[in-house]
Amino acid sequence: MKKIRIREQYCMGCRLCEIYCAVQHSKSKDLVKAYRGEYPKPVPRILVEEKEYLSFAIQCRHCEDAPCISACMTGAMRRDPESGAVLCDEEKCVGCWMCIMVCPFGVIGRGREKKIISKCDLCLGEEEPACVKNCPNEALVLEEE
Amino acid sequence: MIDESGERFSGAQAIKAIACMQERENGLGGGFAGYGIYPRFKDHNVFHLLYDDEKAKESTEQYLEENYSIEKDGPIPTRKQTGVRNPPILWRYFLGIKKGAHDEASQEDFVVKTVMKINGEIDGAFVISSGKNMGIFKGVGFSGEIGKFFKLEDYKGYAWTAHGRFPTNTVGWWGGSHPFGLLDWSVIHNGEISSYGINKRYLENFGYHCTLFTDTEVITYLFDLLARKQGFGFDVIGRILAAPFWDEIDRLPENQREICKALRMTYGSALVNGPFATIIGRTGAIVGINDRIKLRPLVAARKDSVLYLSSEESGIRRVCESPDKVWMPEAGEPVVGQLEGAHG
Amino acid sequence: MVKSSPPSGFLIDRDDERCIRCQACVRMCSNDVHAYDPEEDIIVSDSSKCVGCHFCEAICPTSALTVRHNPSQYRENFNWASEVINDIKTQAGSGGVILTGMGCDKPYPIYWDHIVLNASQVTNPSIDPLREPMELETFIGRKPDKIEIENFAEPKLATEISPQLELKTPIMFSAMSYGSISYNASLALARAASEFGTFWNTGEGGLHKDFYRYGPHTVVQVASGRFGVTREYLNVGGAIEIKIGQGAKPGIGGHLPGEKVTGPISETRMIPEGTDALSPAPHHDIYSIEDLRQLIYALKEATRYEKPVGVKIAAVHNVAPIASGIVRAGADFVAIDGIRGGTGAAPKVIRDNVGIPIEMAIAVVDSRLREEGIRNQASIIAAGGFKKSSDVIKAIALGADAVYIATAALVAMGCTICQKCYTGKCNWGIATQDPYLTKRLNPEIATRRLKNLLKAWSLEIKEMMGGMGINAIESLRGNREQLRGVGLNEVELKMLGIKPAGEAW
Repeated sequence: MKKIRIREQYCMGCRLCEIYCAVQHSKSKDLVKAYRGEYPKPVPRILVEEKEYLSFAIQCRHCEDAPCISACMTGAMRRDPESGAVLCDEEKCVGCWMCIMVCPFGVIGRGREKKIISKCDLCLGEEEPACVKNCPNEALVLEEE
Repeated sequence: MIDESGERFSGAQAIKAIACMQERENGLGGGFAGYGIYPRFKDHNVFHLLYDDEKAKESTEQYLEENYSIEKDGPIPTRKQTGVRNPPILWRYFLGIKKGAHDEASQEDFVVKTVMKINGEIDGAFVISSGKNMGIFKGVGFSGEIGKFFKLEDYKGYAWTAHGRFPTNTVGWWGGSHPFGLLDWSVIHNGEISSYGINKRYLENFGYHCTLFTDTEVITYLFDLLARKQGFGFDVIGRILAAPFWDEIDRLPENQREICKALRMTYGSALVNGPFATIIGRTGAIVGINDRIKLRPLVAARKDSVLYLSSEESGIRRVCESPDKVWMPEAGEPVVGQLEGAHG
Repeated sequence: MVKSSPPSGFLIDRDDERCIRCQACVRMCSNDVHAYDPEEDIIVSDSSKCVGCHFCEAICPTSALTVRHNPSQYRENFNWASEVINDIKTQAGSGGVILTGMGCDKPYPIYWDHIVLNASQVTNPSIDPLREPMELETFIGRKPDKIEIENFAEPKLATEISPQLELKTPIMFSAMSYGSISYNASLALARAASEFGTFWNTGEGGLHKDFYRYGPHTVVQVASGRFGVTREYLNVGGAIEIKIGQGAKPGIGGHLPGEKVTGPISETRMIPEGTDALSPAPHHDIYSIEDLRQLIYALKEATRYEKPVGVKIAAVHNVAPIASGIVRAGADFVAIDGIRGGTGAAPKVIRDNVGIPIEMAIAVVDSRLREEGIRNQASIIAAGGFKKSSDVIKAIALGADAVYIATAALVAMGCTICQKCYTGKCNWGIATQDPYLTKRLNPEIATRRLKNLLKAWSLEIKEMMGGMGINAIESLRGNREQLRGVGLNEVELKMLGIKPAGEAW
């Protein structure tokens, strides 16, 4: 399946990936409107981790053996057969947050508006994920694994 | 055209051939070169000169007498032609070099020096040809008329070249028509050289001074340099002046590839870029060559022992109705006609 | 008097409507210009620290930033311009030499812009480079006077040709030392040169072990400090260049501040970490031309005569006789760097006042070598402010064999010529060793961009050559008939060896 590979040697810690991810999942999908008008403020599903000059952006790894799918009590967390991505069915999610507890990468977050979770969905339906498209230094690449 | 058996034929043939292509000229220049036309004086350098006035003639004769003995001299025979107006004084001299006159490495270099001196320093005098047993006849007018003007039907040679001009770089004048001559080289040329600037500077390194701003002068000197002074044969000269392309060179067998690469590296400034179809004459041989991408026409033909080269097949067929073989030479590959027993 | 420091040249304009407080600018500026005030939820910019590198402007996702000239101006004064006033104030404060980076930015005439090219029409057809072969292959090295071919039946080359560098295009990357630029920048230059088929130059910083694999496409430099010069270094390169001078600072040596001499730099240059890397002004073993000859042959011996060995000089008044001497001393190529040549650090007064334009230098050196009949013994490489492909083609028509570009290569990689390279805080990750900053230059992207630059310029050169009716670069080299001068006086035309526009053959 196509996955996002992280190349930490090129990450400059600008956090633009966070911005674009949030905007992609916002209501207006417009950079300025999303940040200056929308409520609730858009939340990115990708996070830049930093230590001194080392930095990299990490999001859901869409694990082969995903603990979050096993932990999900409603079956909302499932694998999309076509893309292989791990996706959350928002209708079924009840916000128990067990997936957040078990995720070894800590990349699942709490939803803002509703009591559900928020995580990377590989921007399926778009040409490429927003973080990959907009990283100014090509530190994130979409690759066939 | 050249008869490789050495049999001599009348200049009338050359006139016939060139006159048929008159559409290509504009009447501002025509000329001929004949080889083997002075068999009685074949060891003398024949200088064909044009003079604007008597003063130039006197100065030149004075200068020639310093180092040469004038065996025979006289006006070049001509007849009136309506299209050939205001001819200059046309004189020819059969010269022998005085003993001890030169300390140059070779007689030929000395003659070259003499020619350069007359052309450069004596106002109103111009040496048209200076070779042995050959002569160049040229002037301002249509080539057919020039041929008749010089009564070329009375001469017989084993090789003739002929040219009609549509000048593009310089104003038409008697000395500027083709062929251009130096020693026994004669060059006729159709085209324009875009590498002129560097070819000229390259030649200057070797003592050749280009004074006429014509491409033909440069080509003549390049031939003299590469053939006479550096000793290359015509096939190598072809590879220098119209070098094969790098992707062709890459496909050659190793020996050939190394040679072509070395030639291009060393003689790059002698590469002649731009369209040209050029016919070069020298004692015993005629060579025709096209530029690297064949931008000017050149047709070759053979019948029996005669080789024909022309810008158009029509010119050939006018004097040879059914040649054995007619073909278009490859870009950059010289077509050589040689007297039997001579080597290029 | 009130202690004053001159105002910064730049002012940051922020469109507050568009600013989304993402703080990318805050995080990215190495000069700490921007800061986020969480109480007011705005970003404040201290323009006095801005160097005008435009990185924040480039990275801002909503294009909310504009970096412009500071409108705070002194009274207009043609003689006492702002720069002059500011420099004096700076020196009154520091008592030191004003440093700067990149090349001379003063309004000396740019002769390239006064030279125009020919095109063939009617009498001579132009050639279409997209349909016909158009050859740019260039060979750098000593050419023989004459070729001998033996064996008429199966011809074989009898003359031994000196070692040559084969270039696919007459453009090479000029010397930029590892130390003055980052590892990633050097890597990009090495890869782009190797993949495109041309050469790059190590500069005086030696060659990092990781780059040995690009050796065949590397010109290794032996400069006055001899940094990194070992036998292995010499043998790994494709050619060796003895650096006598450079256009940005003729006559003086180089200086890499101790802060920039970190681990890998120290190892490559073979000097202790933290020490200033000082290249002396002359090579202390070359005090005259015969000493240079000795060094040239020492290097040839050390590399078994397998590589071209050349010399790089700055273009100065006597560049013609100097070049002639260098060629006679045995150099296989002479690289000449004009007054517009760039640097990572140089005293501003030297950068802007010492040296002559490369256009003149090429013309006089080429003419001089031809006059002496030795033009074939060495190739001429021209350097110093080549900004466009037309500059390259004009340089070749004046007589150069090939051209070195450096500033243009840096601009391709992101540089905006803010001239602050000597601070080591290059936001683009080029002229710095700071690991926070060097990450920003992704060598994959940089390599791609450099190759694109070479490709674009090569195509343009082919188009111009085709227009002139020339399909092989050797017919253009030294072909001054293809150039004409516009707006030049008689003396300048004569020095350049070209005719004025309007004059035919």
